[in-house]
Amino acid sequence: MKLSSGTIRLIIPAASLVLLLAAVFYMQPRAMSYTGLNLLFNLAVPIALATIAQMLIMSVNDLDLSMGTFVSFCACVSATFLQSSPALGILIFLGAIAAYALIGVVIYVRDLPSIVVTLGMSFVWGGLAVLILPSPGGTAPTWARWLMTAKPPLVPMAIVASILIAAVTHCIVMRSSFGVLMRGVGGNDRSVERAGWSVLGLRAATYALAGFFAVLAGIALVGLTTSADANIALRYTLLSIAGVILGGGQFVGGKVSPIGAVIGALTLTLAGSFLSFMRISPDWQIGAQGAILIVVLALRLALNRLEKREKSQ
Amino acid sequence: MKLHHLLMAKPWIWSFAATITVWIVTVLFTGGASSFGLSQAALTFAAFSVVVGIGQMFVITLGPGNIDLSVPATMTLSGTLALKLMDVQDGMIVVGLLASIGIGLIIGIGNYVLIKALRIPPIIATLSMSFIVQSVAIWSNRGLRIKPPETLADFATSSLFGIPNVALVALILSIAAWVLLEKSIYGRWISAIGQSTFAARMAGIPVDGTRLVTYMLCAVLASVCGYLLASFSGGAALNMGSEYLLMSIAVVVIGGTAVAGGNSNIPGIWGASLFMFLVVSMLNTYGFGAGFRLILTGLIIIAVILLAGGRQSLR
Repeated sequence: MKLSSGTIRLIIPAASLVLLLAAVFYMQPRAMSYTGLNLLFNLAVPIALATIAQMLIMSVNDLDLSMGTFVSFCACVSATFLQSSPALGILIFLGAIAAYALIGVVIYVRDLPSIVVTLGMSFVWGGLAVLILPSPGGTAPTWARWLMTAKPPLVPMAIVASILIAAVTHCIVMRSSFGVLMRGVGGNDRSVERAGWSVLGLRAATYALAGFFAVLAGIALVGLTTSADANIALRYTLLSIAGVILGGGQFVGGKVSPIGAVIGALTLTLAGSFLSFMRISPDWQIGAQGAILIVVLALRLALNRLEKREKSQ
Repeated sequence: MKLHHLLMAKPWIWSFAATITVWIVTVLFTGGASSFGLSQAALTFAAFSVVVGIGQMFVITLGPGNIDLSVPATMTLSGTLALKLMDVQDGMIVVGLLASIGIGLIIGIGNYVLIKALRIPPIIATLSMSFIVQSVAIWSNRGLRIKPPETLADFATSSLFGIPNVALVALILSIAAWVLLEKSIYGRWISAIGQSTFAARMAGIPVDGTRLVTYMLCAVLASVCGYLLASFSGGAALNMGSEYLLMSIAVVVIGGTAVAGGNSNIPGIWGASLFMFLVVSMLNTYGFGAGFRLILTGLIIIAVILLAGGRQSLR
């Protein structure tokens, strides 16, 4: 059987996830259970959603440095407005998604660097989050709480959700004509434009879709933590970028993989649990996370070489 | 048309115009009482952003994708270890400075080894590096707050002819960086690499060596800044570098350096650093709360980019 290069690119992220999982099970056999798996991967759901959002932005060659503050903002809205007056909460989210689409348009029309515009937006989202929740608090909407703590038979919720996210985004990004056009914009926006498509519209739609997934990440996060805080998800900016890269995505050229991105997010979450099972002193936990990142990327390099060798044959 | 041409040729004028406007608005609000104190504070705090900004600028000049996210961790580690080494003794000031430069050199080499040997994108390589560096800082700090040597602390907090000493240090470093960028072969090389790495390699420029030196330079400037900041604020703290991650990128871009690389601008970094500090203090004097202050800061950054933007960019 001949494997496509897309499948090959997925092997390393998947293999590193399995390896890490095996190491966790070896050290803590009790984790090999329904509850254990749920605990291990629980926090992965919001990270996976944020990673997907970042991946969409990266597929049109941009980078969103406001992801962490935006997810924090969404979490604050979920824990306050969405809980007390759902209609207003949904309206705020629609406004935020429209703001994302607008950012996508402004970046394209004025030919601005996305890094700087989203950097500026990160202050705006952070400020709005502080205005909504000056101190940690709020309550998760009951349905979000129910959804995140649901216990489906056989497979834990976190796994079901991750598979669902991967499947849905795979359909959107890899199977739909919109997904092809979106990645086309990342690959060569001029040829997409010459073919008669509106790059402006495509970029606006991509940004709006990314905003939508980031909103979901905020709701999922609050469903897990039950309350919110203006700084709750600041780590997500860097985690989401690292997740996309770990999953085989690239910064330019529209080369992204939704399944890879979800696997990347799971790997990053598991790396955290792995380190606490290793009983590494808390001083070195962050450092060890960096080391894991480096090792996985080194493995990817080895695989890329393999892929090239196969192509040249 | 001539004015338009001048503005296009010197993009840093924007950041200075914005700075002067904000300064006047703030001073007017306080009835002129604060003009001297405000200027001094602005120069002091801008100096730290300028030092890290210059390093980040050299890295960004290298072209799309080049960025150093290890700046905050480097600042923290260098401040922590230097103060620990000096141990409040005046005789150790130079040793401490050399140690922090050494730390910068090691981190810079580490960053580039990851980028080159493992072909990791710089943004992820420097991020992984910063995790490790931060861990070393946490391990070595242990929550202790060691004071800087008396003479060094005096130097960092006092001024000469009304200009803060740290601003003078930043000025000297900026002039050196300007000479390096505009008058030396190394400066031509990094601009050439930023404009087209392929063409630069074809032209026989030692691309890898130049990039290695640039990442080392950025890390050394960050560690010197950490050393100064720790001496200025009376001790190193584990989060002392955190705000300089976004700051170092923001001042470079607002200052008119092309994000796509190949075209950099040192005067603009001064304008942007002063501007960023003055905006925050202006919003403070007007009595805005933390939330509004953040929102307005963000909107002002975007407005400046919109006004000055439209140049070549990394998208």
